[in-house]
Amino acid sequence: MPKIGVYVCHCGGNISDVVDVEDVAKFAEKLPEVTVVRSISHMCSEEGQKAIIDDIHEYGLDRVVVSACSPQFQGETFKKALKKAGLNPYMVEMANIREQSAWPHYTEPEKATEKAKILTEMAVEKIRKASPATPPRLPIGKNVLVVGAGIAGIQASLDLGDAGFNVYLVEEKPMIGGHMAQLSRTFPTEDCASCILSPKMADVAEHPNIHLMTYSEIESIDGTVGDFRVRIKKKPKYVDEKSCTACNKCSEVCPVLLPDENNLGMTLRKAIYLPSSIAVPHSYVLDENACLGLEPLRCGKCVEVCDVGAINYEQKPEYVNIKVDTIIVATGFETFDAKLKPQYGYGRYENVITGLELERMIVEMSEGRSIRPLGKDIAFIQCVGSRDAQVGNLYCSRICCMYATKLASLLKRMDPSRDIYIFYTDLRAYGKGFEEYYRTAQELGIKFIRGRPGELMENSKNKKVIVRVEDTLTRKIIDKEFDIAVLSVGLVPSEGTKKISEMLKLPMSSDGFIKEAHPKFRPVDTPIEGIFVAGTAQGPKDIPDSVAQASGAAARAMRMMNKGEYEMSPIKAFIHEELCDGCGECVEACPVDAIKMAGTLAEINSAVCKGCGSCVSSCPKDAIDLKVFTNQEIIAEIEAALKDKKQGETRMLLFADDMCTYTLADGVGTSKIRYPSDVYIIRVPSSSRVTPKMLLRAFELGADAVFMGECEPAVSPYPMTNKVIKRNVEEVKRALEEAGIEAERMQYSPFVTVMYTRFANLTKKLSRMAEDMGNVPEEKRKKLGGMA
Amino acid sequence: MTEVIQISEKSKDFLKKVEEISGEVITLCEQCGICTTSCPMAEDMDVSPSNIMRLVQIGDEGVLETKAIWFCASCFTCTVRCPRGIDLAKVTEALRQINLRKNTDYLDINRMDESEVEDLPTIALVSSMRKYTG
Repeated sequence: MPKIGVYVCHCGGNISDVVDVEDVAKFAEKLPEVTVVRSISHMCSEEGQKAIIDDIHEYGLDRVVVSACSPQFQGETFKKALKKAGLNPYMVEMANIREQSAWPHYTEPEKATEKAKILTEMAVEKIRKASPATPPRLPIGKNVLVVGAGIAGIQASLDLGDAGFNVYLVEEKPMIGGHMAQLSRTFPTEDCASCILSPKMADVAEHPNIHLMTYSEIESIDGTVGDFRVRIKKKPKYVDEKSCTACNKCSEVCPVLLPDENNLGMTLRKAIYLPSSIAVPHSYVLDENACLGLEPLRCGKCVEVCDVGAINYEQKPEYVNIKVDTIIVATGFETFDAKLKPQYGYGRYENVITGLELERMIVEMSEGRSIRPLGKDIAFIQCVGSRDAQVGNLYCSRICCMYATKLASLLKRMDPSRDIYIFYTDLRAYGKGFEEYYRTAQELGIKFIRGRPGELMENSKNKKVIVRVEDTLTRKIIDKEFDIAVLSVGLVPSEGTKKISEMLKLPMSSDGFIKEAHPKFRPVDTPIEGIFVAGTAQGPKDIPDSVAQASGAAARAMRMMNKGEYEMSPIKAFIHEELCDGCGECVEACPVDAIKMAGTLAEINSAVCKGCGSCVSSCPKDAIDLKVFTNQEIIAEIEAALKDKKQGETRMLLFADDMCTYTLADGVGTSKIRYPSDVYIIRVPSSSRVTPKMLLRAFELGADAVFMGECEPAVSPYPMTNKVIKRNVEEVKRALEEAGIEAERMQYSPFVTVMYTRFANLTKKLSRMAEDMGNVPEEKRKKLGGMA
Repeated sequence: MTEVIQISEKSKDFLKKVEEISGEVITLCEQCGICTTSCPMAEDMDVSPSNIMRLVQIGDEGVLETKAIWFCASCFTCTVRCPRGIDLAKVTEALRQINLRKNTDYLDINRMDESEVEDLPTIALVSSMRKYTG
């Protein structure tokens, strides 16, 4: 028979000033299987923990209930205490009598004490049904795949490589460096981009722990954390990287001319070419789509002139299969296609260019080549493709204000007689040194005009660009001709980002960039274990932020891999095979594709399972259950919450998901915002875990109302659970109606953790409604018995 | 002289009224001015389209007295360009409606000379009587 110890905490008056803790302790003594009860000033103190450990040894306790504060606050403390005493850490349950009773009900000490008793009994009943849980441990190696070798991918790879991890860095382009390698200078310091980037690129190429694969594409990725199987296609460069001396002779004789991608097509290159003057690897590449020599006998001039014999027309694509433990996605951005704003004339007016094109013009100029004259009168148009509902991009691209300021400053310094205008809507100079940089630009005489032009026009005679814009501060329309209008195009997710997120089933946020596991506290983790995100694949950001995020992602990956063993949460769904009839409902319900049908049985991949429990409440046969939050345990809590309920008394149950609603209720308690004391909170990983049967059981036992709270989908760690909850709620409502019970007694709302007033108002409303309706008559409740 | 605007309950009510009639969220306007330079009539207006939006935002009923709201030709160029997705044409129509619903007669055809009526374009007469249909 289980032996339970119950410990009631005073919390140095926080609890005992309101709740009669001795009364709660006395009450607990009478509960079944309770062997020891103590009331102690601070349970979390060493003294409190020692009391638990000593009692476990002396009385042979095998389960513990601590009636104190929130398990989110001190849960780990008591788990550790149990572990120290040699018990399974999951054999402790906390009754949250501080945040859920003493604090929110501080004006009603008697009610608070009664509620504390019931909360304690609920915890005792739950722990009676509990069984030990062991977090599954998986062996994990030290191999990382980094996708994308822009500045974020480079930084993550170097950090991981330096720390002794084995890095596979895959880049689709023939050179590494990404967009940063194309830039002139960087804001706000005006460092030369290629000068600060080149040493890092060289480090990557020479690093003993980094396997660099350029001109390579990820073909497929299968598996899960600790065991990702990756297939990579290395496209043929037709030039041997190691022997190529970059002498340029091949390029000189090549007869084929093509637009040069590195200069955004503004200059030409040959079919065999060096991708950039700062290319790493510093090797020529043969463009197979343009080369004439690949069809035998037509050309072959480059092979003839290559002294080192580096060119080989026979090269074939190479496929590499690797196994990695974690993945960092750093697939970057693309600039917004300015042609999607036809009113700005990009592609039609010869003097309308983009910011990135201007970058290349300045770089070429600094190397003594000129792509085109830049003129004297220059206009920058901000927010092209950003903050624009008309093109569907509501977000701010974050870097355009500063890159326009930088380009304008560079041009003005080159020729102070230039007249430069930046037409902006809001100027965002939020970063370190940005505001000062903005000031410097104003000192230089650059004019910042607050207004967004409706359209640009071309003077058909001199091809100058006519900008008409309302200066919204003087309410006057400015009409001026410019030699060049530069569109400050925003950032959009790159094709590579879209491709890899489809392959890995990574969720995207509404802006199309990769979604983080938590926007505040897990900003570089994706919702999929073992996959991290860095740089602009996650959202627009500048170089320092990309680098910081990349180091963050590398550190998170190291944290996961360094121990050699990966410990997962033990909260996982499991199948009672004898009950499963293979209907497949669970496969549909699972938000993370963790369930597959193996013949006529559902099979759960625990490495993928996030433990939300959507499958449990979707199984028509009760064939799935959730560890640590089993059906038995939750029903025991429901029964305890509604035990000995008197006629005329109201009690309501609130199922609270751990991530949002439970945290929210804790916050409401901590802020001492009052809400009705007859609301009893049951903690679940997600309300989607609560089965319709449980809900009906609650009504059968006399619950006056039941409320389900869940994270809003935008912040939920488990996307799609809202759908499952809504379905369950509808099912219960229908059953209630059939039994003649008001359907409004069953309610559901999504929450975020800051909706304190909303929480208080909703529970008040619920309580008022229950009072108005009165208790559900017993004969109606009995009807539910058959259904539950 | 810099005018002082007193923001009162009345101004809030005015904003609410315009939002109700137009169905547009006027506080969404970020005052970028794209509407003004998209508007073919802006140069003839006494206040610019973006200024109309601002005046409604702060609840200045003086906007009802502007000529600009009658210059709007409902060409919808502003509507298709507004980066916040506001249908400005609906907003100016709401402002016109508020005026029209006051049922003020500026023109009584019965009192006009026949020759005067003949000189007036038909569309002007129709417009002047539009209040009876609104």
